[in-house]
Amino acid sequence: MDDPLIIAGREFGSRLITGTGGAANLAVLERALIASGTELTTVAMRRADAGGGTGVLELLRRLGIEALPNTAGCRTAAEAVLTAQLAREALGTNWVKLEVVADEDTLLPDPVELLDAAEQLVDRGFVVLAYTNDDPVLALKLEETGCAAVMPLGSPIGTGLGIRNPHNIEMIVSRASVPIVLDAGIGTASDAALAMELGCDAVLLATAVTRAQDPERMAAAMRAAVEAGRLARQAGRIPQRFWAQASSPGRPIG
Amino acid sequence: MNVVLNGTPKQVSENTTLEVLLRDFGFPERGIAVAVDGSVVPRASWPATGLHPDATVEVLTAVQGG
Repeated sequence: MDDPLIIAGREFGSRLITGTGGAANLAVLERALIASGTELTTVAMRRADAGGGTGVLELLRRLGIEALPNTAGCRTAAEAVLTAQLAREALGTNWVKLEVVADEDTLLPDPVELLDAAEQLVDRGFVVLAYTNDDPVLALKLEETGCAAVMPLGSPIGTGLGIRNPHNIEMIVSRASVPIVLDAGIGTASDAALAMELGCDAVLLATAVTRAQDPERMAAAMRAAVEAGRLARQAGRIPQRFWAQASSPGRPIG
Repeated sequence: MNVVLNGTPKQVSENTTLEVLLRDFGFPERGIAVAVDGSVVPRASWPATGLHPDATVEVLTAVQGG
């Protein structure tokens, strides 16, 4: 791998992490996942149907994509810790996307419960990827707690409002020693590219692809955007100037 | 006796183990996890785990999400 994403010592060739929520059906999801090139995809934990199957897990296994269970829907540290333990049991992975939200309107992380849950899960041997607010102070605390990756939001889940505070994301990136994954709020490809240009190590998105009019095409767009943004970040952009600066020397006459 | 299985009361016989409960109600063998009264019961302990009246059994699996 040329430029792998490394989380907790594990290498991924793709810097695009996807979610599986919101897709109209598994066939649409499958085409979108393939087009995205992702190697890591979130799933949620819910009550099993008696007599039901586990379609999404079978799909991921067939595509060779790692399932990353999340704690979506949890409001307290206790709920999130129990959900993570159940996910570990059901899926046989100690990786978890930790998500503890405060209320239905904003779906914003509850920082107090989040930090508490992160501490408990790290103590229990989980590899914790923490979904968090775009708060540089909280991001650092999560890293110090032992989270394997910190995942600040660009804007609230499902809004497609993009990155509302790019400066906060830059501050988070500038002093992080674990991967920073821009998670939530991505609306279109330019948002994903911006996240990478700001220095994020990866982008996690779901709705922007699964609820797009053409999920497969949008997944391809996101893949290209993440790659383009990464290259631009590594290339080093030109400084912004107030006045114009000609790129051709002098003038032809006089 | 009654147990509460994924939020719904169910009638089961007195000496039902967790393993039998899951099989009788047709849950898939793989990809599920179980909590009884709020504590995770590892798969290896299912055969030896008895249920008491009004036990709360939650059976979870992975679904599309996030």
